Amino acid sequence: MTTAQAPAGAGLAGLDPAVLRPDFAILSRTVRDGRPLVYLDSGATSQRPRQVLDAEREFLEQHNSAVHRGAHQLAEEATDAYESARARIAAFVGADPDELVFVKNATEGINLVAYAMSNSSIRTGLGPESERFALGPGDEIVVTELEHHANLVPWQELCRRTGATLRWYPVTDEGRIDVDALELSERTKVVAFAHQSNVLGSVAPVQELVRRARAVGALVLLDACQSVPHLPVDLRALDVDFAVFSGHKMLGPSGVGVLYGRTELLEAMPPFLTGGSMIELVRMEGSTYAPPPQRFEAGVPMTSQAVGLGAAVDYLTALGMENVHAHEMALTQVALDTLREVPGVRIVGPDSLEARGGTVAFVVDGVHAHDVGQVLDDRGIAVRVGHHCAWPLHRRFGVAATVRASFHVYTTVDEVAQLADGVRAAQEFFGTGR
Amino acid sequence: MQLEQMYQEIILDHYRSPHGSGLKDPFDAESQQINPTCGDEITLRVKLDDAGEKVLDVSHETLGCSISQASASVLTDLVIGQTVEESMKVLAAFQEMAQGRGKVEPDEEVLGDAVAFAGVAKYPARVKCALLGWMAFKDAVVRVQDGKVEA
Repeated sequence: MTTAQAPAGAGLAGLDPAVLRPDFAILSRTVRDGRPLVYLDSGATSQRPRQVLDAEREFLEQHNSAVHRGAHQLAEEATDAYESARARIAAFVGADPDELVFVKNATEGINLVAYAMSNSSIRTGLGPESERFALGPGDEIVVTELEHHANLVPWQELCRRTGATLRWYPVTDEGRIDVDALELSERTKVVAFAHQSNVLGSVAPVQELVRRARAVGALVLLDACQSVPHLPVDLRALDVDFAVFSGHKMLGPSGVGVLYGRTELLEAMPPFLTGGSMIELVRMEGSTYAPPPQRFEAGVPMTSQAVGLGAAVDYLTALGMENVHAHEMALTQVALDTLREVPGVRIVGPDSLEARGGTVAFVVDGVHAHDVGQVLDDRGIAVRVGHHCAWPLHRRFGVAATVRASFHVYTTVDEVAQLADGVRAAQEFFGTGR
Repeated sequence: MQLEQMYQEIILDHYRSPHGSGLKDPFDAESQQINPTCGDEITLRVKLDDAGEKVLDVSHETLGCSISQASASVLTDLVIGQTVEESMKVLAAFQEMAQGRGKVEPDEEVLGDAVAFAGVAKYPARVKCALLGWMAFKDAVVRVQDGKVEA
């Protein structure tokens, strides 16, 4: 197996997007009548460097085969590539390889945990060891008001199936989780929250939330979709029980994501999807299941995608996540400073860099987010508009929709500066500029 | 610039001073429609004549972008005073144009000011915005006809 080439910008002091951009072919295309693409929607999905695409192609052209089955050479090579990717991704987030389950995306990872708990609750778990995941009336699941729907709806549904109660931490005016506004109880079984808000960019006080959850014996699930791609994350140091993230938000392929679970928990947890590859012994009367992570990877898994995600992790590792984070903080500062100067613009979320990542949401007085987005699009600037799958959070701030700009390693200061100019153009177009 | 093709002056005029805005009494049925991708909402009321054949009044409250607000405004102009049958023909023509990816030649005889929304059809993400009010109108009329009068 060849490993992915290091990015050109690796080893530089800091990170220079100009040096990296040739790795991302899509960034050199034009949109809407020949305008250069200004891609400020990496929070929805990031672009992939050629190193990731090359790794996928090389795998498919040289090693493609179903993993964990077959005794031929290709099967061995494919399995090695798949497991090597798992090991590198695990190292990237401070975990052991066996603690990482490949799923199609973070949404599936959260559903996996929710359904494993559901199965435990109706006593179709593995046995007494699965009892710790069982829920019933009177038990509580706690989330926050700023969650992406992916970390809300699966828990609502789990509550519906088990009779448990959903509770949530409210969000402060600054866009922080209000940790003192909710008391956990002995009946709190799960506390699930986003490491970094996909709308506001605010970073959760993980240590404090974990401390409070531990004090009542609750399990902690961290939605790391917007943190793992952008800042150094050590899941073991954060001391969470479960974590999820998606490949396509971290320069990797879509169709692959990761569920992290502490070994002792994964070992006691019943499967969600069942079928081939996840079994230990199958008889007509019933089956027993493989140890994790295989227990949770039913069927032939996504393979070139996992290999591509391994290459993405290599790419990010070579750049250094400290550098990635510093770069995005510099961009966020520019975004906040330039947007703040535009009368009628209101930042939704923290107005400083403190405990914050590179996602900036805002509203423009008198111009709906859709209309702002349309004017930006006309200038080649791609942003996300709407509720960004965080509808309750928007309701909390009394807005139907926001404009969201989000960044990654390839985003330049010049691109971010164009945002405020575009907003002014929208105000002018709709006659609301001052 | 493509922007003017989409946001034609007629659309901007309706957006700035929408017709039929503000929910009115009496009404026979009300429909609330939501655009799940952006959270925009419209509540629309319909008043038909006693025979249920003519549209006497339409009023709405729209929380949304310029396209959804202007579209609801144009709708009230086009359907108030028409028979239900005629209004459904206008609706069908509007829907065909909006979903036509810019390939459907709109009939100005039927659509009047609503032909201004032809440019929106080239932006798939905005088609739902343009249709929101029309879907509410359709739903409300069906509710009246089904006798499901809801206050």
